[in-house]
Amino acid sequence: MSEKIKDNVIESMKEVWERTKLLHDAPNHYCPGCGHGVVHRLIMEAVEELGVMDRTIAIAPVGCSVLAYNYLNVDTQQAAHGRATACATGIKRVFPDKIVFTYQGDGDLAAIGTGETIHAVNRGDKFLIVFINNGIYGMTGGQMAPTTLEGAKTSTSPDGRDVDLMGHAIRIAEMLALLPGAYYITRQAVNSAKAVRKAKKAIKKALQYQIDGKGGTCLVEVVSNCPSGWKMTPEESNKYLDDEVFDFYQLGDIKVPPKEEK
Amino acid sequence: MAKIRGHVIIKTEECKGCDLCVIECPQDSLEMSKSLNQKGYTFSILSYDTCTGCTNCALVCPEAIITVYREGKKVKATRPISKGQSV
Repeated sequence: MSEKIKDNVIESMKEVWERTKLLHDAPNHYCPGCGHGVVHRLIMEAVEELGVMDRTIAIAPVGCSVLAYNYLNVDTQQAAHGRATACATGIKRVFPDKIVFTYQGDGDLAAIGTGETIHAVNRGDKFLIVFINNGIYGMTGGQMAPTTLEGAKTSTSPDGRDVDLMGHAIRIAEMLALLPGAYYITRQAVNSAKAVRKAKKAIKKALQYQIDGKGGTCLVEVVSNCPSGWKMTPEESNKYLDDEVFDFYQLGDIKVPPKEEK
Repeated sequence: MAKIRGHVIIKTEECKGCDLCVIECPQDSLEMSKSLNQKGYTFSILSYDTCTGCTNCALVCPEAIITVYREGKKVKATRPISKGQSV
């Protein structure tokens, strides 16, 4: 089809989906097929649709997504390793009308920042934690993370994770759901179009709770893939998520807010 | 046969060739190119005129480089659309 005919075809059509304006034009540095790009986009789409881009503050972690401020066109604060939730607590308390979310990986939130996370959720500070769980330290070369599944091969567990020596995988979302400060906790995925739609709904819902000033801390865990760290193609990694990872990290709402009494 | 017609535009220079949109496309309209872009990746292209503008490819694209267009309402196809018909 020549360019001219192509233009005519498009002129007669309506644009139904385009890249959100809240993502910078810079191409991202993530590996091909990485779920980070999708989650960046979902958060920014949710923020745009809710119309709160002028008062949103993002907290970037240390990890693969350390350069999130290059992509997210909202105010961003870079926190020390694992301290994003502590940083978010400070910002939310100083500016209670701002919409604050942290964006953390599993090395950041579930390993070095476990203490900060638990206490932030226990205090019930009203911000959103977006937790990207890919069960590996992607940035440093695919080492074992606390969330690595039993038997999974990584560069520091070449024979597979041995639970007698290395312990079990942590289900952070279930653990935090026990705390009274947690308001809305859910686990989602981004490995198919259907899952992406559901994940976006969950992120939007969590941000809406914060805008309404309800309850406590919201956490959206996104079980993502790491094709480079897992030594798989993007297609294989998405299939691995379906076949094995979702048996352990079961998707769905873990803690939902109580129904309001009228 | 009434069918919704759609079209996608892909910024091929930013594509990293992860293949996810090709797998996700329910109409099998997309395919990977034989050639490479400037970064050295193969990229996805709209090869068949079967696109319905369902936005599945755009939803799973980690780079957010796909723009989807769709015709406003259902129209009758003026010619039989068969898979494999090159555009």
